[in-house]
Amino acid sequence: MRRFTLIAIPYAWLLALFLVPFLIVFKISLSDLAMAIPPYTPNLDLSTGWAGFKDFLSQLDFENFIWLTQDDLYWKAYLSSAKIAAISTILTIIVGFPIAYGMARAPEEWRATLLMLVILPFWTSFLIRVYSWMGILSQEGYLNQFLMSIGVISEPLIILNTNIAVYIGIVYTYLPFMILPIYAALEKLDESLLEAAEDLGCSRMSAFWLITVPLSKQGVIAGSFLVFIPTLGEFVIPSLLGGSKTLMIGKVLWEEFFSNRDWPVASAVAVVLLLILIIPIILFQRNEQKQREAEG
Amino acid sequence: MNKTLVTLTASVALCAMAASAEEVRVYNWSDYIDEDLLTKFEEETGIKLIYDVFDSNDVLETKMLAGNSGYDVVVPSGTFLQRQISAGAFQKLDEAQLSNKGNMWGVIEDRTAKYDPDNAYSINYMWGTTGIGVNLAKVQEALGEDAPITSLDLVFNPENMEKLADCGVHFLDAADEIIPAVLAYLGEEPDSHDTDVIAKAEAVLAGVSPYVQKFHSSEYINGLANGDICVAIGWSGDILQARDRAAEAENGVEIAYNAPSEGALMWFDQMAIPVDAPNAEAAHKFLNFIMDAENMAAASNYVYYANGNEASQPMLEEDVIGDPAIYPDAATLENLYTTSPYPPKTQRIVTRMWTKIKSGI
Repeated sequence: MRRFTLIAIPYAWLLALFLVPFLIVFKISLSDLAMAIPPYTPNLDLSTGWAGFKDFLSQLDFENFIWLTQDDLYWKAYLSSAKIAAISTILTIIVGFPIAYGMARAPEEWRATLLMLVILPFWTSFLIRVYSWMGILSQEGYLNQFLMSIGVISEPLIILNTNIAVYIGIVYTYLPFMILPIYAALEKLDESLLEAAEDLGCSRMSAFWLITVPLSKQGVIAGSFLVFIPTLGEFVIPSLLGGSKTLMIGKVLWEEFFSNRDWPVASAVAVVLLLILIIPIILFQRNEQKQREAEG
Repeated sequence: MNKTLVTLTASVALCAMAASAEEVRVYNWSDYIDEDLLTKFEEETGIKLIYDVFDSNDVLETKMLAGNSGYDVVVPSGTFLQRQISAGAFQKLDEAQLSNKGNMWGVIEDRTAKYDPDNAYSINYMWGTTGIGVNLAKVQEALGEDAPITSLDLVFNPENMEKLADCGVHFLDAADEIIPAVLAYLGEEPDSHDTDVIAKAEAVLAGVSPYVQKFHSSEYINGLANGDICVAIGWSGDILQARDRAAEAENGVEIAYNAPSEGALMWFDQMAIPVDAPNAEAAHKFLNFIMDAENMAAASNYVYYANGNEASQPMLEEDVIGDPAIYPDAATLENLYTTSPYPPKTQRIVTRMWTKIKSGI
């Protein structure tokens, strides 16, 4: 009995917070657009019993998914999101790895403070932090004022409302998700391995590449998934920092929902996005499992 | 067990009481009222006023169509109102509770009847035009003394736009306002729902969009006022706000607003009561309060938009009622057009076209 409860809790969690919402969205994606409250048909009416339910089922179809294949906007948006997510992930590794390495190499009594500093930005609302980047990056913003005052540039750089601003925003926001797993991997690293390598005549540089990097691989992989998965569906950062030429699936989803008022197609876009995300999520799970087995 | 039940009943009763203690929830556009009016309403009626704001009709419509928004008064624009009425989102107004209804202005009521027949579901709050705001000095520098600042040729002719691109041009991010403007420029029916006619507008927009710095519906206020941009297609009151901000800042920026000579879109923001409003009676009291001539005049004097309240006109400041950009003269009024909502299939084509114009995809 106790064992059953233990298993039931996570499954109930999954059912309530993932499966049920997903099924609702999936059902809407099979519906048709209507000008009503709510703006789609059919709606399940349980009062008519089994016949009503069968009638309800017969009205559902995959029309909206077919629609997604007919306009190149959608796959271009998925692809462009994937590209932005991939480049952002690489950038966060480049920025995050040295930080995590520095933290893991710092004297032990400092580490808790350094860790705290990485987590500290979470105390401010995410929205406010992205907004403040608008103030930094705009044409009359702090960055341009600073660069012009020290004479590096004579004309203000146009950064806000471009993809560069989107990358800056994403790297800034998701950096802690990259640093923390890499730090966790590096902190466990047995220093005597590096000493042994040096004793055997290995240079510091090659010891880093031959020992530190392979042993932190799991952390880098975990961090990459934690950055890539949410970035793919990101909406807030591209809509605040990006321009009209920034194409991401999150924005397309918004337009389907708000401008076209087409909940069924918006739901279809969301279902496809989820299916695309399932691939990296499964890979992530596998990686975690492998790691656990290796440790066990 | 019993104790829990008692507590539960007590808290349910408490909730019911909280709901019956009079309150009214209003959902209006941002920067769209003199906030002193909100306190005045609470003092006069003793009703607690909860005032939230939005910045796009799309957001409001999604809340209305989802149902149970919890709001008692909302302010959609004409075409959105029409669509939401047909979806059954609003309740008919009870005229017996609206003693100030006689203050309303027939000229405006005639026009809003297009969206809301007999004005049965809504009252007009503010109205305005969509036109062109320019930084006079910069535009004349780019195009010469005789720059066509009163014509849509300024923004839809690629030759002019190419010269203006460097000083910055913003367009409203609203396909249902820009496309009718292009059609008016082309001499077509602005309110055309014919996709072949709309495609003509697309061709014009594709020619000028490379020179548009941004499609956005509010940044142009600051942009014009600071001198960061020199031209914007925007809403009358917003551009007039930019003009006044620039004048106050004494930064040498002189802004002018013109309703285009080819005709300008006239739009209406209407106050309506959702069908599921929890406090419909208090909502009527709020509408009646807004329709009071003195209150409506205070709102217009504050936001620089014209209102649909004839009785308020003697109380308007001279720089509001006397400004033809806010209260157009009879000839301009004749030249204004209104639009109606696109049917869903056309809406989809228009949105897709708009995405293509903005992003090139």
